[in-house]
Amino acid sequence: MEALERHVTAAPLDVRAERRGLAGRSLPARSPARTSAAAAAAAAAIIITMNPDLRREREAAAFQSELLTHVLDGGAERTSRRREIEALVLNDPEFQHEDLNFLSRSQRYEVAIRKSALMVMKLREYGIADPDEIYWFKSFIHHGRPEPLDLHLGMFLPTLLTQATQEQQDRFFMPAWNLEIIGTYAQTEMGHGTHLRGLETTATYDPATQEFILNSPTVTSIKWWPGGLGKTSNHAIVLAQLYTQGQCKGLHAFIVPIRQLGTHEPLPGITVGDIGPKFGYDEMDNGYLKMDNFRIPRENMLMKYAKVEPDGTYVKPLSDKLTYGTMVFIRSIIVGDSARSLSRACTIAIRYSAVRHQSELKPGEPEPQILDYQTQQYKLFPLLATAYAFHFVGAYMKETYLRITGDISEGDLSQLPELHALTAGLKAFTSWIANAGIEECRMACGGHGYSRCSGLPDIYVTFTPSCTYEGENTVMMLQTARFLVKCYAQVSSGQLVSGMVSYLNDLSGQRIQPQQVAARPTTVHINDPASLVEAYKVRASRLVEAAAKNLQGELNRRESKEDAWNRTSVDLVRASEAHCHYVVVKLFTAKLSEISDAAVRAIMTNLCLLYALHGISKHTGDFLQAGILTDAQVTQVYQHVKDLLAVIRPNAVALVDSFDFHDSHLGSVLGRYDGNIYENMFEWAKKSPLNKTEVHESFHKHLKPMQAKL
Amino acid sequence: MAPTRYLRSSASRDVNPDLDIERKTPSFDVEKLTTILDGGAENTRVRRAVEAVIHSDPVFSREDKYFLSQNESYEAAVKKAVHLKKMMHQMKWSWAGSECKYCNRALGGEVAFTLHNIFMESILALSTDEQTAKWIPLAENYRILGSYAQTELGHGTYIRGFETTATFNISTQEFVLNTPKISAMKWWPGDLGRSATHTVVFAQLYIKGKCYGVHPFIVQIRSLHDHSPAPGVTVGDIGPKMDFNHIDNGYLLLQDVRVPRENMLSRFCEVLADGTYVKRGSEKINYFNMIIIRVKMLSNEVVPTLMKACTIAIRYSVVRRQSELMPGDQEAKILDYQTQQQKLLPVLAIAYAFHFMNEYMNELFSKGYREIKQKNFDSLPELHAFSSGLKAIVTEHSTAGVETCRKACGGHGYSLLSGLPSLYTRLAASCTYEGENTVLLLQTARFLVKCLGAARSGQPVPPSVAYLSAVNSERCLVRDKRDLLQPDVYVEAYRHVAIRVLSSAAAKLQALVQSGAEQHEAWHQCTVQLVHAAKAHCHYHVVKSFAEAVEKLGQEAGIQRIMKHLCGLFALHGIFSNTGDFLHDGYISGDQVDMMTASYLDLLAIVRKDAVPLVDAFDFTDETLNSALGSYDGHVYRRLYQWARKSPSNTKQANQVYENYLKPLFQNGLSKL
Repeated sequence: MEALERHVTAAPLDVRAERRGLAGRSLPARSPARTSAAAAAAAAAIIITMNPDLRREREAAAFQSELLTHVLDGGAERTSRRREIEALVLNDPEFQHEDLNFLSRSQRYEVAIRKSALMVMKLREYGIADPDEIYWFKSFIHHGRPEPLDLHLGMFLPTLLTQATQEQQDRFFMPAWNLEIIGTYAQTEMGHGTHLRGLETTATYDPATQEFILNSPTVTSIKWWPGGLGKTSNHAIVLAQLYTQGQCKGLHAFIVPIRQLGTHEPLPGITVGDIGPKFGYDEMDNGYLKMDNFRIPRENMLMKYAKVEPDGTYVKPLSDKLTYGTMVFIRSIIVGDSARSLSRACTIAIRYSAVRHQSELKPGEPEPQILDYQTQQYKLFPLLATAYAFHFVGAYMKETYLRITGDISEGDLSQLPELHALTAGLKAFTSWIANAGIEECRMACGGHGYSRCSGLPDIYVTFTPSCTYEGENTVMMLQTARFLVKCYAQVSSGQLVSGMVSYLNDLSGQRIQPQQVAARPTTVHINDPASLVEAYKVRASRLVEAAAKNLQGELNRRESKEDAWNRTSVDLVRASEAHCHYVVVKLFTAKLSEISDAAVRAIMTNLCLLYALHGISKHTGDFLQAGILTDAQVTQVYQHVKDLLAVIRPNAVALVDSFDFHDSHLGSVLGRYDGNIYENMFEWAKKSPLNKTEVHESFHKHLKPMQAKL
Repeated sequence: MAPTRYLRSSASRDVNPDLDIERKTPSFDVEKLTTILDGGAENTRVRRAVEAVIHSDPVFSREDKYFLSQNESYEAAVKKAVHLKKMMHQMKWSWAGSECKYCNRALGGEVAFTLHNIFMESILALSTDEQTAKWIPLAENYRILGSYAQTELGHGTYIRGFETTATFNISTQEFVLNTPKISAMKWWPGDLGRSATHTVVFAQLYIKGKCYGVHPFIVQIRSLHDHSPAPGVTVGDIGPKMDFNHIDNGYLLLQDVRVPRENMLSRFCEVLADGTYVKRGSEKINYFNMIIIRVKMLSNEVVPTLMKACTIAIRYSVVRRQSELMPGDQEAKILDYQTQQQKLLPVLAIAYAFHFMNEYMNELFSKGYREIKQKNFDSLPELHAFSSGLKAIVTEHSTAGVETCRKACGGHGYSLLSGLPSLYTRLAASCTYEGENTVLLLQTARFLVKCLGAARSGQPVPPSVAYLSAVNSERCLVRDKRDLLQPDVYVEAYRHVAIRVLSSAAAKLQALVQSGAEQHEAWHQCTVQLVHAAKAHCHYHVVKSFAEAVEKLGQEAGIQRIMKHLCGLFALHGIFSNTGDFLHDGYISGDQVDMMTASYLDLLAIVRKDAVPLVDAFDFTDETLNSALGSYDGHVYRRLYQWARKSPSNTKQANQVYENYLKPLFQNGLSKL
């Protein structure tokens, strides 16, 4: 029985391979586990019974989904390389394991750490070194979930590379590279997150012994949340307030051993553990760390930039612009995650909606696919369009980052502050919307979306912390707002600004003719993406102007700048959002001209229009109040959104197929490529922990005694 | 301080000064507001007495809730249900009484056998007197444990689509029940997977080859002796869910399962021995019972969950400090940031708005119930439409509100120990059960379109839609931001939008029909607009009922004042979030929108001052909140640390994983590579 169940889950791999085979790719070698006759028979049976609704949907699409996959990947070669990397994982029996939904948190951690160790070894065995390829490999192994070595690989090692001296690299890097040292990055404290200056951990230099003494002076100063800290790591880079010669020199980073090599027991003076269960991140041992007079040698302070001399003299660092680069890069990854997570949710919800039938549209006719309901389309298609939009924004941010860091090596950092300020908002904008969108997809799947077999709850709980980590979203929005207001002030004083904010330059001209806004001619063409970009641009400039003016009003009335800022912050966040919305519409529109295949370009143009018009329909107040659109145009926008839903409808399944998520990565019974949902839900449910025995032990322990007494 | 308040009393405990100071100068009498929320001081007394009993019993402890596996959660819920049954008996509390409701509140709903009650209610509603006499005593004494099996794997909201069959066999006088295909399996019913011995199965009735539609049958699914599945029955748990893992939602596959003719619940339809199908009485009363379940769910489950989330997030937000508002000052309480206020305070206003909405709806239903008992079913369509739409918007806004609260707590809101993720995952289910929200809104819309037609042709319409008969006002005449705080001003604005949106949907519908579209096709084309219209109608009613409730608080000036602020906040937040609807036909002007925004932001600052007293008034015990962030004493960090240390992941410092994976990794490492 167990063997059969494995084959049932293995089967969709072949279906996917069949499809990819059509795209000119050879079948991956089958793993020994799947070569039995029974497996082949089971697989064959499933290929034959591929859900007819989904088959029809795919046949009816007006474009080739494979070509759109290439657009998303950045070229056919990259698609094919990505699939090669994925096949390395798929065909490797060592990476297989039980469905995580049935495992306890401790078991999930165990599976993850086993795979992580294996991953590091195989990466080197296969010689995969390109960052994108590492990302593909890693996310395919862990199904897009976090893993306990994330912080070691993503923060500990890179920080050593960028902030350690040569001597420190000699001491720590190779052992860390070889996983004898596993490290994490301990910044956040229980009482302090986004506001770094508020961190309380101290590192006091003792010149007598040439050591730093680390302390967690209060409960609120306990390091809290760092991934991999609870159980996995034996070292941590700890951020602490440096005290030397009686003075506080601000935050600095220290390499702190926390567990004994060999026994893995916490070192004396160290209290370390797991912070307990969370909404998601079951496989991650987010940890706490409390230090009591814990001493480390002077040489353990990361001293490539700032230094403490043996006598305690403090030497200041030069510039901190470089850290902007890292932050921009991480934000581009979060924007990409927003796109990927929303794409996964859309894939599941749209495939399921093509297979699920319900009620009647026309009296007497069979129950239609729920995707035929306008209300269902209205829930899902704008999200599908959003997922595409965010893909292009993420790609743009990454390209821009690479371009500018190219400049860094040549010493031109002039664009970094702007990019840093503007990407803060995009991180917040995309993660908020994707976060809500994933839940909308889940709820659009009705009751079954609530089952963990849908995969949707898991996508949500894994994604949602990105709204708070790497900068809480509201704080991020306000950072962008600060930059926008600065630019506005610059324009007001007669200087021009450039880049994504150059639209603010137009405001100065408009002020000369104080026309009634409503009287200005309305020239928006709702069928033309470029015209809609203009509409979004005017909206953004209006809201930035309004926020800046309100801020000025508050400043005139109050003593404290901070107070005035706080009293305007709701307006400022709105301005930031409008700016980001404009950037997204602009980047999506710009992408259209780069698509060479006419059929793909046509459907993407419709998606882009849907994205832009749906956004207007959700914010009609801004467009009406600013006189950008008339009542009649708003009514047209509503209608056009509905017309576009009907245009997208026949292409919806192909559009999610283009995201090219493998079933094993999607992790969803509802979203299976072959659409055989109900039989597989049954198979899945049978494996539930509550079904281990036919009669649950609670019957003997509680029910039976109760019945006996009554 | 009364002894029953010991659970939340500040007298006996040290309270975090940051939280304590918030309670020093409330603008109103907190205790009085609590009694108003409870519906009278006597209710408050009974509730606290029940809570004291429940919380002092270690069997009911929820301390380890966040650390349990699915199996352990289920077992704990069964154990608590059994214990509760015993306790209710000892305390002489009745299942129908308010004590039962308060037990549920104290236990956070984490008990098994909730479907057993639905099982009994459905028997009472659907069976003949003889059937009631047979089954109810068995169920009351837990000789049998019941469930209610309606939803199928492939079919939910659309009952006519069910595929389970019950075929009458005249020769044996039995019904033969079958699950003809996988999509016909019963799927989701609570208590079905592991606990229930019996269930009410809804199946298509076939007699002599003819289908008579869906009917209810009592089916025994497990042995009363050893609990093993009955012959022909395949039953089990549907696997882990987003939450409700203490409940064994189940699947049920029936293969030629035979039940005697008497097992069809026959209050409204009966199959005679010769196979004659007889219909009798009106099923409308049954319909009414379904609506009642919805209404109860909102006041007992949904809104209290939102109130708990507000309590946790607001208390945490006056304890948590971050960044500086004034240079050189201590870091500011995060609730002092306008953006934090804008996240949380409208949600608090929503919680109060829905509370008063529920009270209004309960009154409406009591009145309806009296009429229906006298066989007057006239109000049924209105009650149905009203409850459908409200269920949809109350669950939607409450669910979103809880998640807003969770996210507003930053990183710590992501920890299960905050209590917030569980509140969300519990509530999220309510958007799809008891009727999927979009389907419900369209039912409301259908009623509204009909009433609009009637109103326009001068026919009488039910009270909740009487406003459709009046002439719609053209302009909001406000000139000053303070005027926007007048309830009649914003109630009128919501009324205007409700009429406009509905009228434009109806006009579109009519235009499509006139241009030759079939009725169902035209309806289909307008559904997005119709959903919008139904929401606008409901929103108007929530604002209106809140404003009317505030009006009635005249005896309590302090409470009336703060409630009026909250009502204004609720109304203006709705406008602020959706200015387009109000600007669309020029009902309000751009300048008025700016005034409204200013008023709205002013209200945030006003409500901020009373935020903690306003959540204290909900009067949840720490045990009920079960949150490291939201306790009455505000010792957030201390508690978070204590609770985390109890996590099973910390029971052994060096765990098995180290031996199995990390040690080989460290020792052999990758140095060979």
